[in-house]
Amino acid sequence: MMRDAWVIAKKDLTIEFRTRSGILSALVFALLGLVIFYYAWDPTAVASIDLAPGVLWVVFTFSGLLGLNRSFAIEQSERAIDGLLASPASRSGIFLGKALANLVFVAVVQIVAIPALVLFYNFPIARIAIPLMGILLLAAIGLCAVGTLFSSMAVNTKLAELLLPMLALPFFVPIVIGAAQSTAKLLSGRPAIEAMPWLKLLLAFDLVFVLGCTLAYPFTIEE
Amino acid sequence: MKTWVLSIAAALAVAGTVIRAIFFTPFEVVQGPAQKIFYLHAPAAWVAFLAFGLVAIASALYLWLRDERLDRFAESSAEVGVVFTTVVLITGPLWGKPIWGTYWTWDARLTLTLFLWFIYVGYIVLRGAIDDHSMRARYSAVLGILGAFLIPFIHLSVYLFRTLHPMPIVLKPSAPSLPGEMLTTLLMSFLSFTLLYAAFLQARYRLAGERDVVEAAADAR
Repeated sequence: MMRDAWVIAKKDLTIEFRTRSGILSALVFALLGLVIFYYAWDPTAVASIDLAPGVLWVVFTFSGLLGLNRSFAIEQSERAIDGLLASPASRSGIFLGKALANLVFVAVVQIVAIPALVLFYNFPIARIAIPLMGILLLAAIGLCAVGTLFSSMAVNTKLAELLLPMLALPFFVPIVIGAAQSTAKLLSGRPAIEAMPWLKLLLAFDLVFVLGCTLAYPFTIEE
Repeated sequence: MKTWVLSIAAALAVAGTVIRAIFFTPFEVVQGPAQKIFYLHAPAAWVAFLAFGLVAIASALYLWLRDERLDRFAESSAEVGVVFTTVVLITGPLWGKPIWGTYWTWDARLTLTLFLWFIYVGYIVLRGAIDDHSMRARYSAVLGILGAFLIPFIHLSVYLFRTLHPMPIVLKPSAPSLPGEMLTTLLMSFLSFTLLYAAFLQARYRLAGERDVVEAAADAR
């Protein structure tokens, strides 16, 4: 199963690397988001550092949605998904591979967006770099598990990519709240222990939904 | 025929509860008449949770047994649940304005109810966006089950913010701290709303069955 997942992920990332259309639009979207959010508040009333965690996680979520939408859309042309399903790869392997490719996609967007956040919002990255990486990873795993499943469902509906945000965003609520709160706690220099309940919440979310979505995926593709 | 019996019984029970709540139940000392909205708000919230719980159970059973009736049940219960959640979301702010001084506050339970509403509105939109019967049933069953898993997470995450909502009065470890007359009215309202849920569910379920018959006939032609 893990080998299948790896092969599928490599296939998706190769397509993404050769076309670069999805990742470029997500990157530009993330950068634009950072800039636009800055002007949505009065900078004399709210310090940019207070905005930063919220902006980071909203941009993270929405740019993630862009990648998730593409994940199964690329399998729609010429019914490529049928080929995938007919291949000897296991169903859960296909799901985990897709989710893994999305995880890499989200990570690449963050690798560019975080330095931009540091630059634009004067974000003191050095102080919290390592815990922030942990929060990012936990949040991205949950986001990709749920998002990949709903992406596979949304492409087969009449609404196609319009449906994904409607289905996925309520599921991202605990992720965004947990990640933004723990980031804010760390930023304000509170002891790390205060961020622990939020991190536990993120970890529990990941465990439940990676397992739940992997088990649910086969039900969404039977013919 | 049977639909009539249940609907009329539910209508009478709700009317009786409302009359009792308005005319024969004493005012609460601090909140005055505003408190009477509880006899709508609390039972509507109970029915919403009941409805969504049953959606999850019917969804899981559908994926196991593949009986179309379970899918129709889940579809009907989700829709009725959204109606009752809407009632909760309307009556809550109406009470909140005189008592809390604001229609809306980002309190844990308000936020949870709002997101419940979003999840199951999404569920209904998902159903509307798929024509194929089997696919619609499987997709919505997956969402119905995952939605139930999501609820504790949303609850926990919004609860870690502070909560303003009144604590449970009836279902708590010690004895209910409500005067007898109010307690009777409240229990009556729970009972009559559950009856109302059953009546709505029955009507909606029958509609779903008839629709499937018509669609099957149209497909056969």
